[in-house]
Amino acid sequence: MQIQPILAALRRHRLATMLIALEIALACAVLCNACFLIANRVALLHVVSGVDESALATVQLTGYEDSHAVDLNARVLTGLRSIPGMQSVSVLNSIPFGARRGTAGITLDMAGQHFGGVVEFYVGGPGSMQALGLHVTSGRGPQPDDFRTFEGLMPTDASVQITRSLAEHLWAGTDPLGKDFWLDKWHYRVVGVIDHLVRPDPSNWQGDSKDWSIFVPALPGKFLAGSYLLRADPQDISRVLRDARATIAKIAPDAVFDEEGSKTFGDLRTDSFRQDRAMVGMLVGVIIALLLVTALGIVGLVSFWVAQRRKQIGIRRAIGATRGDILHYFQTENFLIVTFGIVLGMVLAFVLNMVLMKFYELPRLPLVYLPIGSVVLWGLGQLAVLGPALRAAAVSPVVATRSV
Amino acid sequence: MHMFGYYLELAMRSLKRSPGLTTLMVLAIGFGVAASMTTYSVFRAVSGDPIPWKSSKLFVPQIDMWGPGQHGGDREPPDALDYADAMALMRDHRATRQSAIYLISPSVIPAGAGRSPVQANGYGVYGEFFPMLDVPFQYGSGWSADDDAHQSAVAVISDKLNQQVFGGGNNVGRTIDIEGKDYRVAGVLADWNPQPIFYDVMDTGGYSSDGPDVFLPFQRAIAVNMTNSGVNECRDSPAEPGFVGLQHSNCVWIAFMAELDGAGAVQRYRQYLDDYARDQQAAGRFTWSPNNRLRNLPAYLDHMHVVPGDTKVSLLVALGLLIVCLVNTVGLLLAKFLRRSGEIGVRRALGASRSAIYAQFLTEAGVIGVGGGVLGLLLTGVGVLGVDLVLPIRLVGLARIDPALLLLTVLIAVVATLLAGIYPTFRASRVQPAWQLKSN
Repeated sequence: MQIQPILAALRRHRLATMLIALEIALACAVLCNACFLIANRVALLHVVSGVDESALATVQLTGYEDSHAVDLNARVLTGLRSIPGMQSVSVLNSIPFGARRGTAGITLDMAGQHFGGVVEFYVGGPGSMQALGLHVTSGRGPQPDDFRTFEGLMPTDASVQITRSLAEHLWAGTDPLGKDFWLDKWHYRVVGVIDHLVRPDPSNWQGDSKDWSIFVPALPGKFLAGSYLLRADPQDISRVLRDARATIAKIAPDAVFDEEGSKTFGDLRTDSFRQDRAMVGMLVGVIIALLLVTALGIVGLVSFWVAQRRKQIGIRRAIGATRGDILHYFQTENFLIVTFGIVLGMVLAFVLNMVLMKFYELPRLPLVYLPIGSVVLWGLGQLAVLGPALRAAAVSPVVATRSV
Repeated sequence: MHMFGYYLELAMRSLKRSPGLTTLMVLAIGFGVAASMTTYSVFRAVSGDPIPWKSSKLFVPQIDMWGPGQHGGDREPPDALDYADAMALMRDHRATRQSAIYLISPSVIPAGAGRSPVQANGYGVYGEFFPMLDVPFQYGSGWSADDDAHQSAVAVISDKLNQQVFGGGNNVGRTIDIEGKDYRVAGVLADWNPQPIFYDVMDTGGYSSDGPDVFLPFQRAIAVNMTNSGVNECRDSPAEPGFVGLQHSNCVWIAFMAELDGAGAVQRYRQYLDDYARDQQAAGRFTWSPNNRLRNLPAYLDHMHVVPGDTKVSLLVALGLLIVCLVNTVGLLLAKFLRRSGEIGVRRALGASRSAIYAQFLTEAGVIGVGGGVLGLLLTGVGVLGVDLVLPIRLVGLARIDPALLLLTVLIAVVATLLAGIYPTFRASRVQPAWQLKSN
């Protein structure tokens, strides 16, 4: 296929060529950035929690007097354990995808000079770690005498388990076991590393910091009450939670059952990503509309060209061009214009990404999106041009002999 | 103008002649406008001014009680106040009206035997909170400064709580059981849940489908040890445990709002805040020079990034789609108009002026715009309904279809199409009559 005559013809239709190229360029910029946004969200939707979500639920109680907390814990733990099908009930302050009660900044020295990062402290009673189904990859899990009573927000000195990504962030390349860190004056020592334990609010964090969690063993008491972790067979979990609600009304009439907070982990996960799913849906809708509109635009303009050039096509056919030649002509022409548009679009995509980065704290657009976007647009262009090009190829050589 | 009817007829005739191209253009404009307007309706809902008639008079004071470099990298003071500073501002009372505000969630026992307690969300506020924010009452009113001073056991409850506890009706003067203590109902609110929740951005992030249920006098709530159920941010952990420890710490957990009338009052209040910080510096509590902010409500909401970033990004993406649609329309109109060079040539040869050609073709563009606008209206309706289905609960009900939105949709479609039609029309009006007549 000769490119020279195509370029010569395009030069005579500079404006229409520019319009298609511009449309492709804009589409390319929006497409790359929208796909990138979607990919970010989808990654978030599939964040690894590290816990056995399908087997877990939580019950949140409020409204009781602080002085009744110890008594309430005892009543609730015993009462809920008697529900048929319940495998375990334990106390846990923060809940993955749910209540957030232990977000704090830690330091790597006692003086508080070397800031480590903002992490989530999961303060859990005996059995909560097994119930969550956390995997200890090195070191050890909590021993019975690690669980101690405490006053205030958290135990002030404890042996804890941290996630691998937090260990990697704090002490990259070295063994985290035996390392110390501080929360203000409170001291903690790492005795185990767990695979994953997601924060309660992963939507608010970027990259690996979604998984910066610490498990602190402690005994239930005045300051660790009202937030319970229920484990049952995945088939039973919804029914167990319903039973738990009825049981609470009987054994703890003084407490308020928090309807919003007490859910199965499956429901908590669904709720916490509602907005992100909405955003993905909207972006997918916009992308489909965008591709559709761009394709329709190409169909319209090329149809016009074909109609305009009927006579020239007829002449070419009369002097020996095959149908395939005509078809290829329009296909090549489209390929050239789209390529031009894509080159322009890549620049635009980066400009748009820079704007988004500056104002909305988005990460940089990875280069891999550019070839993907290009292939999609090339494909779209070829698909759109096919109809008009086939019509052009069907023009009979006789047209050349007719006077207009 | 007398030719308008004729041009309209010509336009309809021409559009009917190439139904494919016409449909394409109407579709493109309809899609573009609908996508933009749908996202705009959400954007408008979340970025709206919750109290437009008064927002320029409402101010949020911020005081730096933590010192440089303690609240992020910028020299911004914390987003809320600690107990000591909030109480000092209340005592000095330099604003027309003012109130410290903190989130409480007491349990309330409904009237009648054997009912289980319900949890109510609400706020500890001062009596001036209600007139300052023009809070509407169904029955009764707020409480007086006297009630504030004497820590009176009075409460203002929402219509919803009024239904839950008493089963509705005017219950002003009756007694309500809050956290095991009796309160006299001073007022029952009418439906009131402005979005964003501008008086408590720190705890709610700005949006909540549930409005507050109960308001108690601030000092009363403190006195009966009703704990802060909102967030608190601390530079140092409190020296003493519990709610009293929080009050004695420099953790921030109290929202504050002041009404200031006129630039002079704002200037004086600013001066007062600086004087206050300087006094604290002299007393040795602050070891840094005054670093205060006094933003009016719109500026404060902007500072707190109340509008979700997602919404702005989707608006931007939808605008991109609209531009693509417009470029598309320019191309299609160009194709359509230039195809009729012969017709234009004949009209020009018969004496039509360039402006007559302009009028004819812009009319045609306008007709396409109206078509696109009508389609856009339908799609926007579908879009807004769809948005309600997928939007997070806290934002549901915010995006609404109203006459202004409908009008704007059609207007944008028509204006955009006319703009897109300008260049193709210009090209059409440049057609040389003689050349066209000869070649045909």
